Amino acid sequence: MQQLVTILLLAPLLGALIAGLFGRRIGDLASQSVTTGLLLLTCGLSWYVFGQWTWGGLEPFTVHLAPFINVADFQSNWSVRIDGLSAVMLVVVTTVSALVHLYSWGYMAQDDSRPRFFAYLSLFTFAMLALVTAADFMQLFFGWEGVGLASYLLIGFWFKKPTANAASIKAFVVNRVGDFGFALGIMTVFWAYGTIQFAELFPLIASSASRSWEFAGQTLPLVDLACVLLFIGAMGKSAQFFLHTWLPDAMEGPTPVSALIHAATMVTAGVYMVCLLSPMFEYAPMARNLVTLIGAITALFAATVGLAQNDIKRVIAYSTCSQLGYMFFAAGVGAYQAAMFHLFTHAFFKALLFLGAGSVIHGMHHEQDMRRMGGLWKHLPVTYAVMTIGTLAITGFGIPGLDLGFAGFYSKDTIIEAAWAAGRDNGIANFAFIVSLLAAGLTAFYSWRLAFMTFHGTPKWGEHAAHGHDDPHAPAAHDDHGHDHAHQPHESPLSMLVPLLVLAVGALAAGYVFVENFVGEAQGEFWRGAIVNGPHNHILHEMHAAPPWVIWVPLVVSMTGLAIAWWVYIAREGMGARIAARRGPLWTFLYNKWFFDELYDATFVRLTRFLGDLFWKGGDQKLIDGFGPDGVSAVSLAVGKRTGRLQSGYVYHYAFVMLLGVAGLLSFALYAFSRGG
Amino acid sequence: MIGLTNYLTVAAILFTIGVFGIFVNRKNVIIILMSIELILLAVNINLVAFSVYLHDVVGQIFAMFVLTVAAAEAAVGLAILVTFFRNRGDIAVDDASVMKG
Amino acid sequence: MILQAIAFYLMASVTILAGLAVVFARNPVHSVLFLITAFFSAAGLFVLMGAEFLAMLLVVVYVGAVAVLFLFVVMMLDVDFTQLREGFSRYLPIGGAVAGLLTLEMIVVATTVASQGAASASTGPNASGGVDVTNAEAIGRVLYTDYVYFFQAAGLVLLVAMIGAIVLTLRHKPGVKRQNIAAQTARTPATGMTIVDIKPGEGISE
Repeated sequence: MQQLVTILLLAPLLGALIAGLFGRRIGDLASQSVTTGLLLLTCGLSWYVFGQWTWGGLEPFTVHLAPFINVADFQSNWSVRIDGLSAVMLVVVTTVSALVHLYSWGYMAQDDSRPRFFAYLSLFTFAMLALVTAADFMQLFFGWEGVGLASYLLIGFWFKKPTANAASIKAFVVNRVGDFGFALGIMTVFWAYGTIQFAELFPLIASSASRSWEFAGQTLPLVDLACVLLFIGAMGKSAQFFLHTWLPDAMEGPTPVSALIHAATMVTAGVYMVCLLSPMFEYAPMARNLVTLIGAITALFAATVGLAQNDIKRVIAYSTCSQLGYMFFAAGVGAYQAAMFHLFTHAFFKALLFLGAGSVIHGMHHEQDMRRMGGLWKHLPVTYAVMTIGTLAITGFGIPGLDLGFAGFYSKDTIIEAAWAAGRDNGIANFAFIVSLLAAGLTAFYSWRLAFMTFHGTPKWGEHAAHGHDDPHAPAAHDDHGHDHAHQPHESPLSMLVPLLVLAVGALAAGYVFVENFVGEAQGEFWRGAIVNGPHNHILHEMHAAPPWVIWVPLVVSMTGLAIAWWVYIAREGMGARIAARRGPLWTFLYNKWFFDELYDATFVRLTRFLGDLFWKGGDQKLIDGFGPDGVSAVSLAVGKRTGRLQSGYVYHYAFVMLLGVAGLLSFALYAFSRGG
Repeated sequence: MIGLTNYLTVAAILFTIGVFGIFVNRKNVIIILMSIELILLAVNINLVAFSVYLHDVVGQIFAMFVLTVAAAEAAVGLAILVTFFRNRGDIAVDDASVMKG
Repeated sequence: MILQAIAFYLMASVTILAGLAVVFARNPVHSVLFLITAFFSAAGLFVLMGAEFLAMLLVVVYVGAVAVLFLFVVMMLDVDFTQLREGFSRYLPIGGAVAGLLTLEMIVVATTVASQGAASASTGPNASGGVDVTNAEAIGRVLYTDYVYFFQAAGLVLLVAMIGAIVLTLRHKPGVKRQNIAAQTARTPATGMTIVDIKPGEGISE
């Protein structure tokens, strides 16, 4: 078993190295095959581990691979930690990654740099696996940064496009802000508890929960402080409110990237971290309240913005952001298991939605604007079917009485019930509960809006469907009509459809099959200590006591959303376009993402630019260069020029100077002679 | 009573006139050469005066060598002057600032 | 004594005035002539001191050779001295001040030196180094014995100066035929003549 998990972790790295370093030599097909093959191997091994864990009674264990950093108390090792949380994440990550690898065979078939792409995908997978199997904060941080790097590389994959470059830098910088908080959190943990290894750390927390720190007249509980800082890291990585601005722009990357990184895996790393650190968060009420608040706000905010977007990928991106908000506030109220369950199901249907959108984009020859789609259900039948399954899953369609539904039904409703249960005596959780209902309605609306605008209605494509802005080969050539194939949308190749079908199965069944294990009666044996509930946390039991209205309202709300979407986009088709064209204040506010980008630009970006300019021109050029090399050289030149004027070229000038010298010397000699006697 | 001081005084004045002549004239390179001869003459007077009053004939020997070298130097200096004149056309010192820098 | 004093002051003043005239004369030929005057009166001073050998040397070498050389060059250059600019510029006052200061200091040195040390123990002027011989003999005694190497070196200096002067100023006018002795003596029968077989009665056509 130990060798298996080691192979599991290192296989993607091997694939990345081979494709990355030798890709040009071994050729496109070999690179793709090697990476995809190794990923499939990893996926198989992950399912094996998961199966052993869930049904085979595997005990948690950690394999030490090599020492990493060993300095006094700061001990960190490269290791592979297998327990409930990592087993779940392993299957999520590797399944989606393997399917994305396969999907990319078809989607990136015409790209020139396929070895690079597959190498980056495998590199990302390796970093993510390192993150989820970490046994201490350092490896977690390594994986954290590694996925950030892979995200940067993949968003900016078409690096010749300036928007892609800008987006990748934006993603990295905003993540950096979060990572700074994360690093501070790790430092706080080490400073307070003297260790960064989880196995040593978690038992210490319970006994020292009341320790606090005096700073500037305030008494801050240490656990709260650490958890808040660590959560800031999660905010950045998971695109929560305030640090969300990078996620929509990350759609500049190819669609498989969006599916893998920005739907199923990287952005869920924040949720994973909060659940992993549940032993700490359980003793940090202030931090948990913050998590709940931010999660709830994000859920609502992203849903409102997603209403007004026209780019198919951006709608799904905001949907991801909103669902992540759900996961966070579930963790915040103490229902970590519910958050993980939603993470699990969300991975399936969000990846499905993204890859389905990719199929649409591929079929529409890189057109991404939904206003130019419509009526595609005839031309892309398989895609239409799986997208509908995905939409049903995300809107949580199901029948509560029979406990039967799509994947999202189980996980989302669990979260809503948990929020209700916690909201009875916690104001913030109550706020989260109300928000969750609102967001569910909005989610239903925009998800069905996407489906209707894309697949139903009158086709708005035709002679205009030649190119969109996802096309990496024509950044500014709008008169490029040299497409040989007809402008008719076509269904995607098998390499793209098979992953869609696999994910559709997951979106259908994942909830029903695993609900008991994750949050139901069997959750204790399933998690087996990976998630710790504090002594006062009984939320999983309490939520079963929810009254019937709490159980039925989510369904009502999502049906309402569906109805409104049907009314606007099918029955009264064109109403949506007319509302948008009126450019009312609410629409403008939502369309411009609550003007967050403009706000950040006016404050942080301008300030940083100003400081940068100040230090560069004022500090570096004027002061340091002025006193240093430039100044010295300028002074030398000036002195030299002035001194050079002494050399007039006239011999009599020189003779005069000599005479002056002689007179001076003689005077001095006389003076000394008379003094010395 | 004519003593050593008198001769030394004469030599000093003559020396100063020679040096003065070098840097104050603008017209004429020959004046420079002649001023150098005046300087050497002053030095000779000094040497001989000391030789006579200190009863050491070495001063006169040295003065003889100074004479020799002065003659040699005058010859070469005039040769240079001739070349200078051939290249430039006149002997004004004012224009000779090629070494300016 | 009084005669000596008169002679001294006369010759000293002539020397100094002639020196001034050398510097300030407008005509360069006049300058050279005043230089000659200065040399002559300096020679007189030497005679007064008793160093007659050196006085005659001064006249023969300086006046007879160097000053005449100066005259040659001045006349040869044919300088148009009507165009010579009067350029005693702004350096004159400050130059004069510095020069005056220098003179004063040198005189101070002279007086203090003369009143101290070996000079103060002097028993009067003696140009033969205290020995009772003529001045020329005294010089001769030392020159060819202790200072013979310097003497030879002085000769070499003069040789080098002569060569240098020739090197600097000699130029061959183009178009002037001259003998090249080395080429002449290097002729061999092979280059110097050709043997031609002529039938009697025919001439050489070339």
